Amino acid sequence: MIPAEIKRVEAAKNFEELKSLKDAGYNVLVDLTAIDYQGHPNPPIKERFDVVYEIMKLDAATGDDKGRVEVRCGVDEKPVLRSAAPLWPIADWLEREVWDMFGVGFADREGIKRLLMYEEFEGHALRKDYPITKRQPLIGPESGELKDSPSFNIVRPTIKYE
Amino acid sequence: MREQKTYMLNMGPAHPAMHGVVRLLLELEGEKIVNTEVEIGFLHRAFEKHGEAETWNNVVPWTDRLNYVSPLINNVGYCMAVEKLAGITLPERGQYLRVIASEISRVTDHLTCVGASAMELGAFTPFLYLIKAREYLYQLVDQLTGARITTSYTRVGGVKADMPANFPEQCKEVFKKVREAISDTDKLLTKNRIFMDRVDGTGIISKEDALAYGITGPFLRSTGVPYDVRRAHPYLVYDQLNFEVPVGTKGDNFDRYLCRLAEIEQSLRILEQCFEKIPQGKHSLEPKEMKNAFEYQDAGKHGETALLAKYKAKVDQTLAGGQRGDRPDVLTQDPIFVMPAKEDAYGSIEGLMNHFELVMWSWGIKIPAGESYFAVEGGNGELGFRVVSSGDDRPWRVRCRPPCLFIMAALPKLLNGSWVADVIPTFGSVNMIAGELDR
Repeated sequence: MIPAEIKRVEAAKNFEELKSLKDAGYNVLVDLTAIDYQGHPNPPIKERFDVVYEIMKLDAATGDDKGRVEVRCGVDEKPVLRSAAPLWPIADWLEREVWDMFGVGFADREGIKRLLMYEEFEGHALRKDYPITKRQPLIGPESGELKDSPSFNIVRPTIKYE
Repeated sequence: MREQKTYMLNMGPAHPAMHGVVRLLLELEGEKIVNTEVEIGFLHRAFEKHGEAETWNNVVPWTDRLNYVSPLINNVGYCMAVEKLAGITLPERGQYLRVIASEISRVTDHLTCVGASAMELGAFTPFLYLIKAREYLYQLVDQLTGARITTSYTRVGGVKADMPANFPEQCKEVFKKVREAISDTDKLLTKNRIFMDRVDGTGIISKEDALAYGITGPFLRSTGVPYDVRRAHPYLVYDQLNFEVPVGTKGDNFDRYLCRLAEIEQSLRILEQCFEKIPQGKHSLEPKEMKNAFEYQDAGKHGETALLAKYKAKVDQTLAGGQRGDRPDVLTQDPIFVMPAKEDAYGSIEGLMNHFELVMWSWGIKIPAGESYFAVEGGNGELGFRVVSSGDDRPWRVRCRPPCLFIMAALPKLLNGSWVADVIPTFGSVNMIAGELDR
């Protein structure tokens, strides 16, 4: 039934905690997501967003899952979390998704790019205060080229990881 | 003075070799790929946002639209996550039916992937063979669920209906045809020089990189890591079934092709065991005389309740499986979570009240507050669902962990340094399903 040990960590210390877990053999970042608790009748945390890192210790030889840990950090809108991309390259995309959907930023990722929505999209769609009926026009770049947009004609370097 | 420059090539969002909509931006040096950028999100339909607005059972039809090549696995995964949170256990026959549904879906998923990627390399005949085999399987899915693709087969607490009476025999016929198609494909492709030149040794990913990118499923197994959720965390009745986890050695496109072919055979094996082991329905009564639903209701209104027990309600096709019959074998019998049988709803005041309490606005099934993560083995790997409940009749949050997002993120790693022609087999072996990737 996929049991996972839950570890609640102070948001500013997330990287240290993840790094120590990675050193302890937790080699796969299974999922990274967030939950918006605004307006929840009994929120389990006092901050607005709960960011969840699900990590797994996978034995590459036998394919057994030797245990999972859920590292949880409560954050508000201020970006205090550090990026986990230096540990697991997949964190790059997952963090982009968390930023895109919840507006939870990462302190060491300036100019983070959206993953699923287009760049001109305003707001963060999975926040509880974003109404489900709200519509926005699909805006495309008129000239086909945006000066400061990283998605057009600029290929970003591949991320290095340990 | 001579100068060397790289140039950009845009593939997609609508490109013949991109199944679904995704954009690859390749930086080329001649024919060699120097750098790749992947842009996704063209098919984003806000599954997770919609999930928060629907009641627990109404999210199931949305899950059909995630991985639309194997919708039944998504149905199962979502319902298992909700059941884990609510602490519901299924009757054994219902568990077997879910396994049967998932495995048929896994075969269709792999057939599509192998067929489509072979077609993109010019091998059109295997594509036709495999899609024909898939069509037979879709007909089975149609028999089981009433729809080919938008199945919505599971309910919180079980499945919609029992399988039709002659379903195992039909399956046996179809499996014969699927095995023929696989063996034909194997003969046409596995030692084919043209095919081998394109797939052997291309798109290589190492074990370490695959783990660092969180890749699971056939893609990870092709590198030699035998991680399979059905093995690592057996759910439903997988621990009682015999199957192997095929692994590759090199982690190239050819290994992934072989892994998928071997997994189809294993899935068929699981299905055959299921039909042998599935417990007979205890609650299945002798076929009773059927009465139209309106006659049934009239009899109830006139107080002829003693007669009602003798008849089975004849209902509209869309409600099939809602009658008394085999229902307790495939659905948990907790009135808090499961709709009453149609006979009870039409014929007794308790059943009618139960029915209305479950369909009334904000009165539906209420899952206890909490959070749960459940993963099943999808066509592409670990398909996880994280559901958060606030104790209400709808989810507070539904998160889907799409397995192919993790592979797509690793695509630059796979493509950089190879040739433009390698994009086609490598991208084909990713089995990107845009519905699942973009949600």
